[in-house]
Amino acid sequence: MSTEIDGFIVGERIHSGAMGDIFRVTGRNAGVPMIMKLPRFAPGESAESLINFETEAMILPALSGPHVPRVISVGDLAKTPYIVTEWIEGESLEQVLKRGPLPVPEIVRIGAALADAVHTLHLQDAVHLDLKPDNVILKADGEVALIDFGLTFHARFPDLLAEEQRFAAGSAPYISPEQVLGIRSDPRSDIFSLGVVLYELATGKLPFGVPATMAGLRDRLWLDPVPPRIRSREVPPWLQEIILCCLEPRAENRYQSAALIAFDLRQPDQVALTERAYKSRQAGFFMQARRWWRARGERAAPRRMPATQVSTSRVVLVAVDTMHPDDARHPSMQRTVARILSIPAEYRLICVSVIRGGPGTGGMGGATSPTDPYHDHLVRLRHWVEPLRLPASRLSLHVMESADPAEMLVQFAQRNHVDLIVLGAPSPNQLRLAWWRSVASGVTANAHCSVHVVRVPDSAET
Amino acid sequence: MSIDAVRKSACANLIIALLSDVHGNLEALDACLKHAGANGAGRYAFLGDLVGYGADPQAVVDIVARYAAEGAVVVKGNHDDAVEKTPGYMNESVRAVIDWTRNTLSDEGKVFLSSLPLCIREGPICFVHASAASPKRWYYIDSPAAAHRSIDAAQTAYTFSGHVHDQQLYFQAVPGKTTVFRPVRGSPVPIGRHRRWLALVGSVGQPRDRNPEAAYAQFDTERERITFYRVPYDHVAAARKIRQAGLPASIAYRVEHGI
Repeated sequence: MSTEIDGFIVGERIHSGAMGDIFRVTGRNAGVPMIMKLPRFAPGESAESLINFETEAMILPALSGPHVPRVISVGDLAKTPYIVTEWIEGESLEQVLKRGPLPVPEIVRIGAALADAVHTLHLQDAVHLDLKPDNVILKADGEVALIDFGLTFHARFPDLLAEEQRFAAGSAPYISPEQVLGIRSDPRSDIFSLGVVLYELATGKLPFGVPATMAGLRDRLWLDPVPPRIRSREVPPWLQEIILCCLEPRAENRYQSAALIAFDLRQPDQVALTERAYKSRQAGFFMQARRWWRARGERAAPRRMPATQVSTSRVVLVAVDTMHPDDARHPSMQRTVARILSIPAEYRLICVSVIRGGPGTGGMGGATSPTDPYHDHLVRLRHWVEPLRLPASRLSLHVMESADPAEMLVQFAQRNHVDLIVLGAPSPNQLRLAWWRSVASGVTANAHCSVHVVRVPDSAET
Repeated sequence: MSIDAVRKSACANLIIALLSDVHGNLEALDACLKHAGANGAGRYAFLGDLVGYGADPQAVVDIVARYAAEGAVVVKGNHDDAVEKTPGYMNESVRAVIDWTRNTLSDEGKVFLSSLPLCIREGPICFVHASAASPKRWYYIDSPAAAHRSIDAAQTAYTFSGHVHDQQLYFQAVPGKTTVFRPVRGSPVPIGRHRRWLALVGSVGQPRDRNPEAAYAQFDTERERITFYRVPYDHVAAARKIRQAGLPASIAYRVEHGI
């Protein structure tokens, strides 16, 4: 005879973990495969397993999107505590890792999908705080889903784990220096863990080992991990640059949002390489000793909502019409972009030129040779952005061809977590640019982010 | 009445609007009551300080007395208490308003205020203006330790208070440790009764966080969730009335700027 809880028929147990058990369940006509998580209640079980369960029961229903399991039902915590979610079909990253380090294209694909998932979580004011291969599911559609929110911080809910530092810290190999210090509200902690996961994917090793003591955990406040390229010759400099930037001990030196990691992984030729990329050994003894000294007193914590924190870095896309370099709108658009970029603390500018082409679409970015068909447009794009004097690390250039430029821009912007699209409005006295009208209106109608349409007054043009 | 309407009114009774520190601000009270009604409130609790500062003590007391007759919870605040006997600790401008309020209020109004209890316990909830640990002393809940003492004295899962004009939610994640959470407006927070919670619901009539919008909260007793709200209202009109009544200009200024 099978057990029934609140109309769910409990089936086979598929997992037994520290925080409780997971069973497959059916019933209630949910129409999707489901699992039920039950906390441990037995006498002698520690109270923290219940706090972790309660945290997940509180936060998970507030999260949405393709990167988190959908909640079907949450039981009354005082009477029948359980969480029923959809069962996410896929392979855990832990299983993938058992097969050894991955080839670079796989790291890029999985890493970018993972960064997408993390960014989506941050935009919902949540910080996962327990990112590790075990908690990452690779779905058949190529997306990544995150599971296990027992340690998650959500800025809209009281943090039940705030006073429970012993149990709130996450998994020793993956947690950030801030978490070691008991800070639970910084989304950049997930960026650090993402760096550990990327390091592991690329080298098969953990950058800080598996520390078993508090002193061992504190090492990451100053310790320089062995550069990934030393561990695996397959790792290209740009990937080392990305990984080590995630693993910076101080949160302000890391990527400020996971969207930027996804972007860099997908456009490796546009990653601005620093000395990190070519590092071939750990920092010297004195350098590390100095960092250790400084880390002794580390305490700082951010006071902003996670979504606000990650939004301090803005990704701005500007659509530049390189077909008409003499267009009167260009100076006005350059001024607008300069003004927009003067506000955020961190930004990325993506300059895109969409060449109206045949039915097929193509694209390119970064370095080209004069024989490339898009080369001229790339040169014009570079000239367009040159007066803004932006550092290379904040800039990327892309020329694409499409029969439907508006659709191309909208999709490109969404894929790259763009916060704002800047483009020119069609001007009334430039009838030869009539197609552009449809681009501006099409982008405005369909974009997933804000759109800034630059319009040059008639008087300025005559 | 349709089935839906019956169901709606049955559900409505499960949501309690928690309003505190109205301080004679009729415009703010009207706005909050309207907002609460539109958001499903079926019961009302007034957590003290109906008067003091604002220019409409009589109108506010009349409204609250009407709600009380229909079953609303009303507890006494220190300004309500001061109408009966001005205490020594109040500063000059506050004292001026209290004296003016005493002269403005009808006898029935004064009797209503003086008849209010300091603390009401109802099932898992304790309603009290200041600290449940010695309510008559008007201790401010301004630290986890102060919240802890009030929670301990209340002996209930929920303590709902005002007095401190900020919105805060104190809670005990583990027994013996009290932590504070600053709620986000309009975001429901699950507060299960297996823990102890102390909510400071904010001030309807005189917010002090540099945001003039009126503050209050709603507790959904069935789903065990609390939602903190801020409600825009005509604070310029409320401030003008304070000046027109000849009350201290500094008080009008505070209402205008939410300080």
